[in-house]
Amino acid sequence: MRNEQATQLLFDLSVPGRCGAEYPESDCPEFPSTACIPAEFLSDAPLPLPEVNEPDVIRHFTNLSTLNMSVDTHYYPLGSCTMKYNPKRHERLASVPGLVDLHPWQSEESLQGMLQIQFEMQQMLGEIAGLPAVSLQPAAGAQGELAALLVASAYFQDRGEDRTKVIFPNSAHGTNPASAALAGFDCIQLGAGKNGFVDLEELKEHLDEHTAVFMITNPNTLGLFEPEIAEISKLLHDVGGLVYIDGANMNAILGIARPGDFGGDMMHYNVHKTFTGPHGAGGPGAGPIAVRDFLADYLPGPVVAHDEESGQYKLETPAKSIGRVRSFFGNVGILLRGYFYLRTLGGDGLKELSEHAVLNANYLKEKLKDILPVPNGERCMHEFVASAQHLQKERGISAMDIAKRLLDYGFHAPTVYFPLVVPEAIMVEPTETESKATLDAFAETIKKIIAEDAELLHTAPHTTPVSRPNDVQAARNPILCWSPACDA
Amino acid sequence: MLLSEVRLSYLFNTPDEQREMLETIGVDSIETLFDQIPESLQLKRPLDMPPKLSELELEQLVRELASRNVGPSDRSCFLGGGVYDHFIPSAVDAIAGRSEFYTAYTPYQAEASQGSLQTFFEYQTLICQLTGMDVSNASLYEGGTAVSEAVFMAMRCTKRHGRVVLLGSLHPEYRQVVETYLGRMDCELVIVPTPGGTAAPDAVEEAIDDQTACVVVQHPNFYGCLEEAEQISAMAHKHGALSVVSFDPISLGILKRPGDLGADIAVGEGQSLGTPMQYGGPFLGILACKQKFVRQMPGRLIGQTTDRNGDRCFVLNLQAREQHIRREKATSNICTNQGLIAIRATVFMSLLGPAGMRQVAELSCSKAHYAAQRLTEQDGIELAFDQPFFKEFTLQCRDGAEAVIQRAKVAGFDIGPALRRVSGSESDEDRLLVAVTECRSREEIDALADAISAPVDGVPVDGVPVDGVPVDGKRQMSQQEAAACGSSVGAPHDATLHSARSSARKTT
Repeated sequence: MRNEQATQLLFDLSVPGRCGAEYPESDCPEFPSTACIPAEFLSDAPLPLPEVNEPDVIRHFTNLSTLNMSVDTHYYPLGSCTMKYNPKRHERLASVPGLVDLHPWQSEESLQGMLQIQFEMQQMLGEIAGLPAVSLQPAAGAQGELAALLVASAYFQDRGEDRTKVIFPNSAHGTNPASAALAGFDCIQLGAGKNGFVDLEELKEHLDEHTAVFMITNPNTLGLFEPEIAEISKLLHDVGGLVYIDGANMNAILGIARPGDFGGDMMHYNVHKTFTGPHGAGGPGAGPIAVRDFLADYLPGPVVAHDEESGQYKLETPAKSIGRVRSFFGNVGILLRGYFYLRTLGGDGLKELSEHAVLNANYLKEKLKDILPVPNGERCMHEFVASAQHLQKERGISAMDIAKRLLDYGFHAPTVYFPLVVPEAIMVEPTETESKATLDAFAETIKKIIAEDAELLHTAPHTTPVSRPNDVQAARNPILCWSPACDA
Repeated sequence: MLLSEVRLSYLFNTPDEQREMLETIGVDSIETLFDQIPESLQLKRPLDMPPKLSELELEQLVRELASRNVGPSDRSCFLGGGVYDHFIPSAVDAIAGRSEFYTAYTPYQAEASQGSLQTFFEYQTLICQLTGMDVSNASLYEGGTAVSEAVFMAMRCTKRHGRVVLLGSLHPEYRQVVETYLGRMDCELVIVPTPGGTAAPDAVEEAIDDQTACVVVQHPNFYGCLEEAEQISAMAHKHGALSVVSFDPISLGILKRPGDLGADIAVGEGQSLGTPMQYGGPFLGILACKQKFVRQMPGRLIGQTTDRNGDRCFVLNLQAREQHIRREKATSNICTNQGLIAIRATVFMSLLGPAGMRQVAELSCSKAHYAAQRLTEQDGIELAFDQPFFKEFTLQCRDGAEAVIQRAKVAGFDIGPALRRVSGSESDEDRLLVAVTECRSREEIDALADAISAPVDGVPVDGVPVDGVPVDGKRQMSQQEAAACGSSVGAPHDATLHSARSSARKTT
């Protein structure tokens, strides 16, 4: 039933003279572009785009879509990404007229419903964080990190302090150091502490009057709650530094523990993870940040304020704002989905989902630990990091082999080789929207795979639309754009 | 709580199953699983949030909140300034609405992601064809960060970090984003003034020194005017700097492409390529460049290769530039991008092809020029700049920009923004933007011209009438207009529809 046409390139479908869209005749024909715009600006050739009609476009991309694994079609236990179910109600409601068609330059009076939603979103995110001041502007988690680091920078500058160092554990997401470098800070990476936790003695060595921010994911990327997070925060605050919480793993602690209560001064959310804005094959996301009161004036703007007297909602730029980190308000379409989710669940529902996420992770860990040991932590939060090191040593089976073979059994692979502190890492995040039966089936499949012949695993997957790609060839001779020569 | 009692339709585990699972784990309650969080750090009260809602209640709430907004389905939209009301063919929504795309993750597992990977490869190719550049990445956040990323990229390519030259006619918010991103950098930002609506190439040349990484020119620029981008690129090159051209993708249906103008890096806002305005995002940051700069590009790149059987396939390529490999030495911190919006743009460009792109550009251009003529026939209203433009132009209004915007609004039209509001510049005090897309009709343009010609009797300029209900002119579209623009169908067109009406909507 495989449709070979699906793997044709769009450009192969092109036939001169076809078009997939039609537009009306101009009702202002007396103004052709050639009469309006000097010839020097006008292109003298048509765009070299393919010429395809609508049925071909639909069949092409529909068939391509079927070559994907997705949350709606497959179990997708990708660690650190929170691949939970994306409720359909969000898609419908984010598309209603009055939300989807609003222009950002409309007057505030014509946007009161939208601004109310965004104001309430700020309030709810502040409450969940325990950090009251919120900016919804950042487009993704990494941009939230950058924005918050610039907030910290402006705060220190205001106080006349010269702080240059951003510190993070070696289990940090790659975005942490990349954002710190982009914000103009020096990056200091800590070594591996016991059980993957931060080593306080090592941290102390780097703390002084030049320390700006300590960035930490909590629960950390091993799926463990940093037991000494309060002490870490105190150490930072004692030298005048700030603590940044990477909120990628908030799905574990909603309504259970709040970054502001465990010593964080700033954090970002990944709305596309925790609050189920769909991942969209890589984006868009939304990365709002929440900070303590004394940092509120530095937030990127605009933010939404509510005038209690008039009842009106309005946009404001905080007094000492770092400025904009993007054009317009934010990734509103994703923020809306997050808002719908928060309103659907309420505070109790959020706590319940975290409980189920942690229950599912611990259950799956327990089912797997005898065959895939988890080096760090007796129990986990919402995810765990197992290691295939013993299989690699004894039978030459790598984490990648297991990941690829899982695809043959209809499971998306877990995250592999991250965090870097666990050899042959397999990072599993079941999420709360999976059943015990699915978790059982997944565990059974892993068992089956490990019992399989090593060669079968090295050459997996065997049933996917393509087999393992030649990455080396791709990097050595990058083909990043189709040309007729590609087909030769 | 021993066992969870609250029922949520997204959760599975029944109390019986929970009990079984806890037994397997070897604990007696879910609460025990959280004892790795120090007791003193646990929240001992419920979150202070509104209570949960059923789907029906949520739907009612959201539709009520949406009804408090007055948008393009109520008032015809002549707003511009970086976001445009272009028509979106239904096939775009049909493909982007496939959950195999929108519920997939970043295509790290190539074998299970060929649908996304091939689509992004096709996106990259279409962007190259559109811009005349050699290579495109798989998307950035939006137009403003695309400019910032291009600036950083130019610094790496030229190894010059001392100065960046921006034209004053760059979108003010894009400039602000660059200012924020350069926050802690020791880099001088030089703004070339554009008093006549565009920059004089000589003035640009004067601003470039031997430490200048790049010159950023937006064309068509924020005021709608066409810049001498080709000459400005040549100036940049003469002094060893790169040329960064920020473009409007729709304009390339008729205008020369950034690649034809000598751009080294082309950036743009891709919202016009099939993405709704949705109050400013998510949009699409386009970034494409010459082949020789490919290893300095930010963001994901999809490459073609072969699999073990020698069959063509696609992978994430040159990942050694990216944060998950290179960490603080990465070319950017971007991870999550705008994948689904890139898919929308891919479908949009596939449908339109060269003929459709040309037609949309031509329609927008001709209607904009008709509108410019009609609007400037009105007393006290003239073009602010005597420059060629594409689909957007700047009006100089004797009575002030806000007064004219208000007159339009009362008659059911949104125009603007007022430039002062965006740029903060005093010289923009009486100026406003008008953008005209293929969705606007000659009739609407004529009605808008009538509306802004003189104050409407009895309606104060600030738009707040006696009973406290905001003046909320709403105009219904004709069947023909509605069909063309995919909006809700209104009553047949007649003259009375242009008269001022106060809101029939619920107000609070």
